[in-house]
Amino acid sequence: MTTAAARRTMLQGAWVVAGREVRDQLRDWRILAPIGLLTLFFPLLMNLTARTAMDFVNRYGAPIIAERLIPFLLMVVGFFPISVSLVIALETFAGERERQSLEPLLATPLTNAELYLGKMLASLVAPLAAAYLGIGVYLTGLLTSLEWSPPPVLLIEVFVLTTVQAIVMVAGAVVISSLTTSVRAANLLASFIIIPVAQLIIGESLIMFWGRYHVLWWIIVGLLLIGALLVRSGLQLFNREELLSRELDILDLRWAWRTFRRAFLDGAVSPISWYAGVLRRTVPRLGTCLAILGLVLIVGIVLGAGLAREWPIPSEMLKFDDVRATLSGNFQSFGMFTGRGWWWVFTNNVRALLLASALGAFTFGVLAVVLLMAPLAIVGYFAGNLAALGEPVGLYLAALVLPHALLEVPAALLAGAAILRLGLVAVSPAGGRSLGTSWLSALAEWSRVMLGLVIPLLAAAAAIEVFLTPRLALLLLPGG
Amino acid sequence: MIQAEGLGKSFDGFQAVDRVSLDVRAGEVVALLGPNGAGKTTTVRMLASLLRPSRGRATVAGFDVVAAAPEVRRRVGLLTEHHGLYTRMRATDYLDFFGRAYGLPRPVIRERTAYWMRTFDLADSAGKRLGEYSKGMRQKLALVRALLHDPPVLLLDEPTSAMDPASAHQVRRSIEALRSEQRALLICTHNLSEAETLADRIAIIRAGRLIAVGTASELKRTFLGEPVMELRLAQQVDGAAGLLPGGVEPVGSGPTWLRYRTSNPETANPEVLSAMADAGLKVVTLAPLEQTLEAVYLLAVGAPAEVGL
Repeated sequence: MTTAAARRTMLQGAWVVAGREVRDQLRDWRILAPIGLLTLFFPLLMNLTARTAMDFVNRYGAPIIAERLIPFLLMVVGFFPISVSLVIALETFAGERERQSLEPLLATPLTNAELYLGKMLASLVAPLAAAYLGIGVYLTGLLTSLEWSPPPVLLIEVFVLTTVQAIVMVAGAVVISSLTTSVRAANLLASFIIIPVAQLIIGESLIMFWGRYHVLWWIIVGLLLIGALLVRSGLQLFNREELLSRELDILDLRWAWRTFRRAFLDGAVSPISWYAGVLRRTVPRLGTCLAILGLVLIVGIVLGAGLAREWPIPSEMLKFDDVRATLSGNFQSFGMFTGRGWWWVFTNNVRALLLASALGAFTFGVLAVVLLMAPLAIVGYFAGNLAALGEPVGLYLAALVLPHALLEVPAALLAGAAILRLGLVAVSPAGGRSLGTSWLSALAEWSRVMLGLVIPLLAAAAAIEVFLTPRLALLLLPGG
Repeated sequence: MIQAEGLGKSFDGFQAVDRVSLDVRAGEVVALLGPNGAGKTTTVRMLASLLRPSRGRATVAGFDVVAAAPEVRRRVGLLTEHHGLYTRMRATDYLDFFGRAYGLPRPVIRERTAYWMRTFDLADSAGKRLGEYSKGMRQKLALVRALLHDPPVLLLDEPTSAMDPASAHQVRRSIEALRSEQRALLICTHNLSEAETLADRIAIIRAGRLIAVGTASELKRTFLGEPVMELRLAQQVDGAAGLLPGGVEPVGSGPTWLRYRTSNPETANPEVLSAMADAGLKVVTLAPLEQTLEAVYLLAVGAPAEVGL
């Protein structure tokens, strides 16, 4: 079968599933009522709001507020109906499982992807249709009452943003639903979607009022990436094996501990064989993640240097005539050359990596990577400014960064790769293993890397940073 | 038609099914018996290509359950433990949906829907929403769903549960008809008399392991021993057991009855009767003591050792 034919068949299969679900939704007044209200009543209310606001602000000579309010309301009118898609998705996936009507469906020849895609479509069709219709009603009202129409680019942006947001919410809901066996549990876990989306809407609102509509394209790109990751994760989780293997939402701590312990020890019989295992098995398994992270950190440096060109530090703020004296004062205030300083640097670095791990575990590793990029972007920014001022960049980096970076950067790379692997487990659990087992194994791997390599490296790096780097800086950098 | 060799399934360290080997031929009904949690549903799910075996292999209708899962699903009719109907749909819409999920053309779906709805006395309720169906009707409709794509293999979990006696009888008749059409049927049930009536062979599973497979009479002989005969006399007699000829083993007696075990009732029973007549005792009845499948089942699921046939 050709790829095109296979795709056509897959879409047909998906549409069989989606068609039934959509018809089922159209029989449920609990879904129809809010969608209807949000499609017709809410846009009209927003129309009234826009007109009232226009009248009010024009009276006080502040038309810019109204100019910004109307597009903002356009976005809100689109968003409200798609919020229903989250509920539909939870009902479609977790609800069907709870009502035990999923198994007959799984017994059909439809592929996991067809079932997943069908249910995704079913969750999206009605809310998106309602959102588009709502936008249409709102715009028609504005056109007739205020003779206002949005710039075409803004309209496209709002349509695309609305669609992508719906996809992200539904894809997130699928991931959540696949991890639970009841709608109640899925609803509780839905806050993991609702809270970030609420934050996103606040951010989008600020952008809309700021009038920087082009920034919305970046948000769309970001959301598309998140959506792709969530869809990938959903495809991995929404499969017969995973769905039918999970009957209860019981937290089995004893099993979790056993699984973690087994993966952490990895058959080691002594500390030496454990260490050998970390070096010979765990680190090679991180290869791809190490490569990705290495690339990302380089991008961080380049981005930092680029930012230095765009937003340079004013030259009067940088004084290079007596760097040594300035640094000497700073070193003392930071407790350099002391054990207290070593402890501060060491714990600070460990805290940063733990924070990155915590964030990465729930964001497919994305926030961890961003957090790890930040220090290197700062170094890049610093180097970019030095270069712009004609200062010897190499000398400064060698004196202030390089000695401890030789250990700190590998530590960050290893920790980041382990976090990335931990985060990516949700997207792609190991074949034949449940998500829980895969995640606990990845957590054990992260612990092995942290305990066996990263923490010792950070301890040594902190010692160099506190006792050696300042001495080198004072020796090499200019000053009286 | 169904062949499983050393099939096993573990969930995060828990062994749900352990080295199950079983075959079901075309035109054969095999009943899978076992207590709740014994691994019946997991076995069925593996045979229906819903779960991937952790070990062993199985073929259904000539297709490997792992390598050719969609082909297997196309050839298996699965009646799940829970009927799992969409209660807001009408029966015809429901069957139309599943027919299309199996890739059937609409005219075929309509024709088969009409046939099976008639067969199971559901034709008058075809336009009703499934939420209005009784439990028995729902079960019958779920069975129609499993038969709609005309599968050569049927895996039926409790096919007559929640049915009134008339409906259950109707379903049993249909199962017999399906067997005569050379389909292979594996039925999971707790209804032992149904298993004995319907099944050509019975398999008993306990703690994930298949502990016995055979016909009802083979299982009875294996678990309960040779048939026990009960002799009832017209008058009270002391020591009647002493009159029994050689080759029969007395297993119990009362004032007017005695029981004995024999491997050869055709020879032993006439000898017993003539011994009683010689002693001047009047015999009221001589009949085999009933050996129930329930007794076999209880022994099997409670027995510590594996019994092979």
